[in-house]
Amino acid sequence: MTSTETHHAAGAASSSDAPAIAAWLTTADHKQVGRLFIGTGLFGLLGGLVLAVLVASERIDAEGFQLLDSGSATQVLSAARLLLTFGAVAPLVMGLAVAIVPLQLGSRSIAFPRVAASGFWMWLTGLTLSVVAIIGNGGPSGGESEMVDLYLAASVVMVLGLAMAALSIAVTGLTSRTPGMGLLRAPFFSWSSFVGSIALLMSLPVFIGTSVYLYVDHRYARAAFGGNFGVNNWVGWAISQPFTYVLAIPILGFVLDAVPVLGRTRLAQRPAANVAVGLVSVAIFASLTHRAVTLPWDGDGFFSGLGTKIADLLPFGLVNVIPLLGLLGVLGLTLLTLKSAKPMLAAPLPFAVLGLLMILLGATSHLLYTVEDAALGGTIFEAGSYVAVTFGTVLLAFGGLTYWGPKLWGRRIPDKAALPLALLGFVATALGSLSYMIAGFADQPAGVVDGFAYSGPQELWNVITTGAFALMLLVSLAFVGLAVRSFTAGEAAGDDPWDGTTLEWATSSPPPADNFSDLIVVGSEYPLADIKNSGKVG
Amino acid sequence: MLTLPPSPQPAPKRQVFVGTALVSAAATMLVGGMLAIWSQFRADAPFRESPRRGPIKDWMPKDIVVPEVAANMMLIAFFVVCVMAQWAVWSAKRNDRQHAGMALGMTLLMGLATLNAQLFIWSQMGVDVRGGAFNSMFYAITGVMTFLVIAGLVYTAVATFRYLGRGNSDVPTLSAHALYWYFLTVAFTAVWFVVYVQK
Repeated sequence: MTSTETHHAAGAASSSDAPAIAAWLTTADHKQVGRLFIGTGLFGLLGGLVLAVLVASERIDAEGFQLLDSGSATQVLSAARLLLTFGAVAPLVMGLAVAIVPLQLGSRSIAFPRVAASGFWMWLTGLTLSVVAIIGNGGPSGGESEMVDLYLAASVVMVLGLAMAALSIAVTGLTSRTPGMGLLRAPFFSWSSFVGSIALLMSLPVFIGTSVYLYVDHRYARAAFGGNFGVNNWVGWAISQPFTYVLAIPILGFVLDAVPVLGRTRLAQRPAANVAVGLVSVAIFASLTHRAVTLPWDGDGFFSGLGTKIADLLPFGLVNVIPLLGLLGVLGLTLLTLKSAKPMLAAPLPFAVLGLLMILLGATSHLLYTVEDAALGGTIFEAGSYVAVTFGTVLLAFGGLTYWGPKLWGRRIPDKAALPLALLGFVATALGSLSYMIAGFADQPAGVVDGFAYSGPQELWNVITTGAFALMLLVSLAFVGLAVRSFTAGEAAGDDPWDGTTLEWATSSPPPADNFSDLIVVGSEYPLADIKNSGKVG
Repeated sequence: MLTLPPSPQPAPKRQVFVGTALVSAAATMLVGGMLAIWSQFRADAPFRESPRRGPIKDWMPKDIVVPEVAANMMLIAFFVVCVMAQWAVWSAKRNDRQHAGMALGMTLLMGLATLNAQLFIWSQMGVDVRGGAFNSMFYAITGVMTFLVIAGLVYTAVATFRYLGRGNSDVPTLSAHALYWYFLTVAFTAVWFVVYVQK
């Protein structure tokens, strides 16, 4: 049973009277902060993909450098991962969470809105300075000492900003739900954003602490952590699997929310979905190990010494297997839901299913990578897993933008234009990741772009990867162009374009500064469906 | 029901307290992660012969002496801060503004005492930050701890002004403030044991 109560206009702070730029700079409106994260995240994505294309094309001919040189190659490699992970995936996912979670929870604002806004500016400042440091030959393995220091300090600022945004989201989930909405009754995107934010709050401080050690040691002593070459040994886990799953956790909720709505059905086994998302968050233990947790399989001898293998199996299972089980659970529930669905032909649906499949491909391949007897350590196979998880998360974020874009901008992206992008993005991700994986099986080394030889058809796989990354870049460019055109001059979306069941669709598109004019008391997991069924609103 | 009288949205449930709890949990991971790396380096260090204690880990340079009295006093001061912060909550709940204000003032004073003790320890130890792994890591971990204490002092100042300005309606903020000092005390106890006692 769901009811609504009218109330006086809320007094949420609005900066609409300020000049446009000042309003953006000083805004504490969570929707604007979310848009800022998303907009800059899209820029970061394009920058990261340009560098990824550059790196992949440099690998085609390993005899000598074509586009880069020995000094810049390592820096471009570092910058590509930094931009794709912390410049694209993190802000796209966090931006959607900051903008949408308060709306889903029926809250007038995000908790600590100025903390969230400050988090955005800190993240942006840290990311910009990190990129500047890398350009100045800083970054991991960089040659300019001062620039390496700058990179370490800037990465702390960047990660602190993300942690502040995560804090706002987590506190919103715990304290700002509308009456009647328990945490397990919250929409899945809110649940997964809450779980993902807690996971980030528990793991990002480990990154910060380690970076402080690295900074002090690199600046003054160079006695403990291997100087500039040791940076990735100690904090490289933050741009690799399984930590990349942690960044993807919030957007898993988009799949679980959007698939039932677009399939005109209800999600099968709701509690299981909550558990599955929670299982993925176990990947935060990767932050405590500082490096990939591998399993020495040792062929038949593995079972003879089982007692001594427990110490290997426990961390391996915790960091690599349990998150994969969580992802499998999310996929299983999605497919189970689709089995009884009559899905509408809407762009968010293929983005959701195909993006999730790619993340699962990345997680499964990472499991194989960490079994030592597969002998994939040190090969480019790891980059294949990374591409699958990262591009898969980007596809989910694109899906989230097509699904919730109407709520944030009041206009919608045409399905006919977005559907091909979902399919092309899937093809690019699959080709890019699988060809790196095959090259990994043929022992192509990781972390270098030149001066290597391996047993496979080198040019073929690296040409395919380059083409796939270029295709992903074109897809992203097309999506950004489509989004800008649609959200500025597209078709008006209406308040509830998907016939949704959760509270974000109960307010106008875009919502007013204080989100809701009515207090909504919810009585089930599908409050808007209850309202529609009772005929009280709309 | 659209005909019901207007009602405001209920106030968020203990937002400052929950936020402080999460910040404390995150900061626990920060300090815990740093202590774990410290312990790993110490465990990996080779053994050397000590005339007084036999074979010991060759981790802390021989010429460095930890001023244990100052470190112990610092630990005690943290526990006193907790008592003061909780006294402020206890008094505020009983509408005793005088005692609450005095307790907050004492919290600030004792917090400053911990900061003073840390400065004294740095000054007495005279560790050269360029002198090796122990040295740089010592400044990194105690520096982070000091940063967290300064954040606590700012929190105390803000809580004091809010309480004096708003009165007893701000008890939840004082509870959250006390929680942060509890966290600092636990965190420093761990730092004290690993860095100053175990060395």
